[in-house]
Amino acid sequence: MPPLPVILPLVMAVVVFATPSKRWRPRLLAVTAAAHLAVTVAILAGSAPAGGGAWLRLDAPGRLLLGVVSLLFLACALYSVGYLRYRVERANRRFCACMLAALGTMSLVAYAQHLGLLWVGIEATTLATAPLIYFNRTARSIEATWKYLVISSVGIALALLGSFFVGYAALLGGGEASLLFGDLLGAASGLSKPWLRAGFTLLLVGYGTKLGLVPMHTWKPDAYGEAPGVVGAILAGGLTSCAFFALLRLTQITAAAGEGVYANRLLVAMGLVSMGVAGALMLGQRDLKRMLAYSSVEHMGILVVAIGLGAGATFAALLHLVNNAFGKGAMFLAVGNIHRAFGGKTTTEVHGAIRRLPLSGTLFLLGLFAVTGSPPFGFFLSELLILKAAFADHRWLVAGLFLGFLLLVFAGMGATSLAALQGRPPKSARTSSYRDSFATFAPALGLLGLVLLFGLHLPEAVRTLIADAAAVLEVGR
Amino acid sequence: MTSLLSSLVAGLLLVNLVALGTSRISTVVRSVAVQGVLLGVLAVTAHGSLSLRVLAVALASVLLKGWLIPRILFRALDQVAIKREVEPSLGLLPSLLLGAFATVLAVAAASRLPLAETRLAPLLIPASLATVASGFIVITTRRKAISQVLGYLILENGIFIFGLLLLEAMPFLVEAGVLLDLFVGIFVLSIILHHINREFASLDTRRLSLLKE
Repeated sequence: MPPLPVILPLVMAVVVFATPSKRWRPRLLAVTAAAHLAVTVAILAGSAPAGGGAWLRLDAPGRLLLGVVSLLFLACALYSVGYLRYRVERANRRFCACMLAALGTMSLVAYAQHLGLLWVGIEATTLATAPLIYFNRTARSIEATWKYLVISSVGIALALLGSFFVGYAALLGGGEASLLFGDLLGAASGLSKPWLRAGFTLLLVGYGTKLGLVPMHTWKPDAYGEAPGVVGAILAGGLTSCAFFALLRLTQITAAAGEGVYANRLLVAMGLVSMGVAGALMLGQRDLKRMLAYSSVEHMGILVVAIGLGAGATFAALLHLVNNAFGKGAMFLAVGNIHRAFGGKTTTEVHGAIRRLPLSGTLFLLGLFAVTGSPPFGFFLSELLILKAAFADHRWLVAGLFLGFLLLVFAGMGATSLAALQGRPPKSARTSSYRDSFATFAPALGLLGLVLLFGLHLPEAVRTLIADAAAVLEVGR
Repeated sequence: MTSLLSSLVAGLLLVNLVALGTSRISTVVRSVAVQGVLLGVLAVTAHGSLSLRVLAVALASVLLKGWLIPRILFRALDQVAIKREVEPSLGLLPSLLLGAFATVLAVAAASRLPLAETRLAPLLIPASLATVASGFIVITTRRKAISQVLGYLILENGIFIFGLLLLEAMPFLVEAGVLLDLFVGIFVLSIILHHINREFASLDTRRLSLLKE
């Protein structure tokens, strides 16, 4: 019996697809999301069985991922109800079904304990989200979807080859060939080094494509730029988290096999390059959604640097992951509102967003401070912890570049965002009938509120969840 | 058995070169189909003893890669009524030579890596790497969007060859999941191909350049 958090959304995806009523589909989407969160909370609290077997089992890192994905998704589902009410001229059958399929496949990634199954889950998240990107059916969104699918699929195919290489490394080690994380960790010392290195490199390139690390980031601004804001939130907050967990588990196995130095060097280099290039591309960026896409590239860079710093930064990395999921989610939901109110998303069309949309505009401004790492938001705390780990390791150059790139990003994002937020709205913006409503504003506010809460006072339950996950992922590193 | 195995591997490599060297898209689709069938036979041959699982994997692979996916692609070709030439950005002969070079390189690379003492690895690993490389060459040197799908299929076939070494470590669930992902992927890609053709009146990926910095 597959676990409920995986099977429930997948079954509901079919149900929603078969539902004839256009008005009921978004409601079913929201109800399913709420049920998924309820089940997840019950599992995390220990009052419901997690289900699964040897290949599908919810360990501490999986619990954290499932919790993050489920909460983010509920916010996005509630937002979708308001969004689809506004976009009533569009067919929503495929949108609602694919959203639920994305939730199911992301939950599958949280449960996967087998390298092959993990791959199946991550590839499935790509396929489930592709139709969401071309929701608007414009030439631009079709181009973006094509690039997303082709680049991600080829990248992830390399990750499958890398997984096979790791399996072959285990086979050569004399053990029985198994791709279960537990078995691989247990047999780590016997893994064949050349195959493991090659496998890790391929996996880094493969899942790095999904994360959007430079130089495999090219699909990201296109896909995030053309997708509806709520889809951007799922991509930047949910899918990247899944790929990051995959990378984290593989780094753990590689480190346990004694190849940690090699892996960490690669990770830190790739992370810093991603941060730097993202920062440079944000300077003079006029498109708000593309700017957020580069911001996502930057945060993936931060996360990868954090794992490259070794076991000491695991807690910080996971905290940053949680911040990123909720903070980016809030930003994409807010930018979706701005896009609709102005009928555009570049600084040529968008001026005076705070005047035109006092709620979403202000939220975007606060979100800007949050994701660029200003206190008192959670990002500040996690970035500080990552820097602390770099200092503790005497990695002065890494710490210096890290700080420098953060400043660069702040400058780039700040200039673009302020140009859009300040001033007077152009006349053309008054023609749009969009006004902030509860359904399209409250979910974004809730997500950003969480990021603020994590910065002010990390709740004990969240701290335990992260610390338990970090403890499991630090074994052998 | 070994001679059958080596002829199958030789056949797979030959198909790679055909796919790289032909000027007609339909020939590329057919070569990918032939490769799919060869892979199924290879899966059975590689595992001397016939188990139900091996048979199921082989059968699923033949049906999917040898029949269903080529059908989807031929339908896409008919619908979009494009010119039937591949229009490579790198000439056919250079890409053929590149493919041959990659094959030699794959053999050299495999001989430098430690291999398990089986009769399979020395054959399958170079074949897998060479096929992956051929897929990459097709993806990067062809202009038509459909060629990129074909390149992806060749790449995936190369990975499948490697997977045969690990059949014991892969639960059937995972094998089925990989094939399902592949099928859904091709299905979605073919739908988008249709949309690309409608919106851009072409399948030339050079036209896909609205989104730029």
